[in-house]
Amino acid sequence: MTIIKTNNLNLWYKKFHALLDVNIPIEKNSITSIIGPSGCGKSTLLRTLNRMNDLIEGIRMTGEILIENKNILLPGTDLVSLRKNVGMVFQRPNPFPLSVYKNITFGLEIHNIKSNDTLDNIVENSLKSVLLWDELKDKLKSHALNLTLEQQQRLCIARLIPVKPQILLMDEPCSALDPIATGRIEELMFELKKNYTIVVVTHNMAQAARVSDDTGFMLLGRLVEFNKTSKIFTNPEKKETEDYITGRYG
Amino acid sequence: MNSKLTQKIAFSFLFLCALITIAPVLLIVVIIVVNGISAISWDFLTTSPTNGMRSGGIFPAIVGTFYLAAGATVISLPLGVMGGIYLSEYSKDNFFTRILKLGIVNLAGVPSIVYGLFGLSLFVIYLKLGASLVSGCLTLAIMALPAIITATDAALSSVPQSFREVSLSLGATKWQTIRHAVLPHALPGIITGTVLSNARITGETAPILFTVAAFYLPHLPGSVLDQVMALPYHLYVISTQIPGISKSTTYGTALVLIAFTLSLNLFGIIIRTHLRRQKKW
Repeated sequence: MTIIKTNNLNLWYKKFHALLDVNIPIEKNSITSIIGPSGCGKSTLLRTLNRMNDLIEGIRMTGEILIENKNILLPGTDLVSLRKNVGMVFQRPNPFPLSVYKNITFGLEIHNIKSNDTLDNIVENSLKSVLLWDELKDKLKSHALNLTLEQQQRLCIARLIPVKPQILLMDEPCSALDPIATGRIEELMFELKKNYTIVVVTHNMAQAARVSDDTGFMLLGRLVEFNKTSKIFTNPEKKETEDYITGRYG
Repeated sequence: MNSKLTQKIAFSFLFLCALITIAPVLLIVVIIVVNGISAISWDFLTTSPTNGMRSGGIFPAIVGTFYLAAGATVISLPLGVMGGIYLSEYSKDNFFTRILKLGIVNLAGVPSIVYGLFGLSLFVIYLKLGASLVSGCLTLAIMALPAIITATDAALSSVPQSFREVSLSLGATKWQTIRHAVLPHALPGIITGTVLSNARITGETAPILFTVAAFYLPHLPGSVLDQVMALPYHLYVISTQIPGISKSTTYGTALVLIAFTLSLNLFGIIIRTHLRRQKKW
């Protein structure tokens, strides 16, 4: 089932045409990766999905982004509920300079979420779902910036869970991590796929090949090719895709 | 000349310059302490002046200065912080904002007597508040504002952009983001800026000269519309208007005044070090 679909999505930064007629379908409970050289628009595309680009002045968009058949580009779209539904993990792990515990309860506090569960239970479940509970159960009060980068990135994912998103956007989530930590985050992504739809932007083609079900290749603002990951990496249809994945540029 | 010798000369010269800059400060403090310490007693701090201010204490002036500092802070802190939040978080970078920022910077450089005259014409005369505690606090607050706004703006700007992004991406509104993800982390800078700027204005004479300060008042103010005595003005009065006053009384008053502002400064620095220790980014 398709959960996100863009129809002829165009985006301009002032005069610069950053996305050109992008049509991408994203399957529910799958991992979709977007690859392409620097500046191709892959992060821009990702950040349209929770309207984070709105923060940049001089942005203009046309076309449609349908999330569960609702066009989120329509004026009057409730950005708060959109962003609750579509969580984001950033390139650099960016926990707040607070305790582990407070990082996880931040989302609950701002949304004033009342739940039958106690805060302690929510923190425990969130940490368990990112496989961090055993490491951190005795360090809940310790400062989040004292954790390793990998733990910080996991914590950033855990921080999203109490807000109950359906979709997780990941913008090069492993680029600040070493290969072993990267492997462990990838394992976590497989685990999360059961409950969430994941869209990941990555520079690392091996990562895209390892983790994702579908892959989109972007070049100069266009989605050149979109297909099953196995197809893209073994038998791409377009010459540009082949050139990129065989390392001729990028 | 060989390079080691050049370096030695340069270092000595720079050290000398540093020494020359702090020497006057130390000298002032030493002179005031040596001459004034003998006047300091419990009675001096807790009684009113007597005998045409030639004897007795300076209690009303201490209380007046305390009221002025507190009142000015109560007025300037919320105004300045909110103005700083607007400038840093909400205002767009356009012609109007740049003019506003330029104005604030220039306001910080306006001579204090101009603030005094401004307070006289606006609060004392036009708004008919008279020479009173409220006029004086308002005048001092206006004088403190530029520093507080600038400190707030700078403290907020130094909070990493990623904090705002994360908070917004979690579905927080702009105000929630500022309130929960930005302001708490800017607090050390804001508090320090406020305390330091208010420590400075408590020592000012010109702004209170026409707006609040009383030459002599045997009692404490009963309402915000009363005049008060204040340490800087009292010091000015006893050192220029009262012939035959003992040297230790004037120096003692000066000592109390600098102790007052220095302890405010110290307080600001302590808060800053304490909060900075918790800050890790």
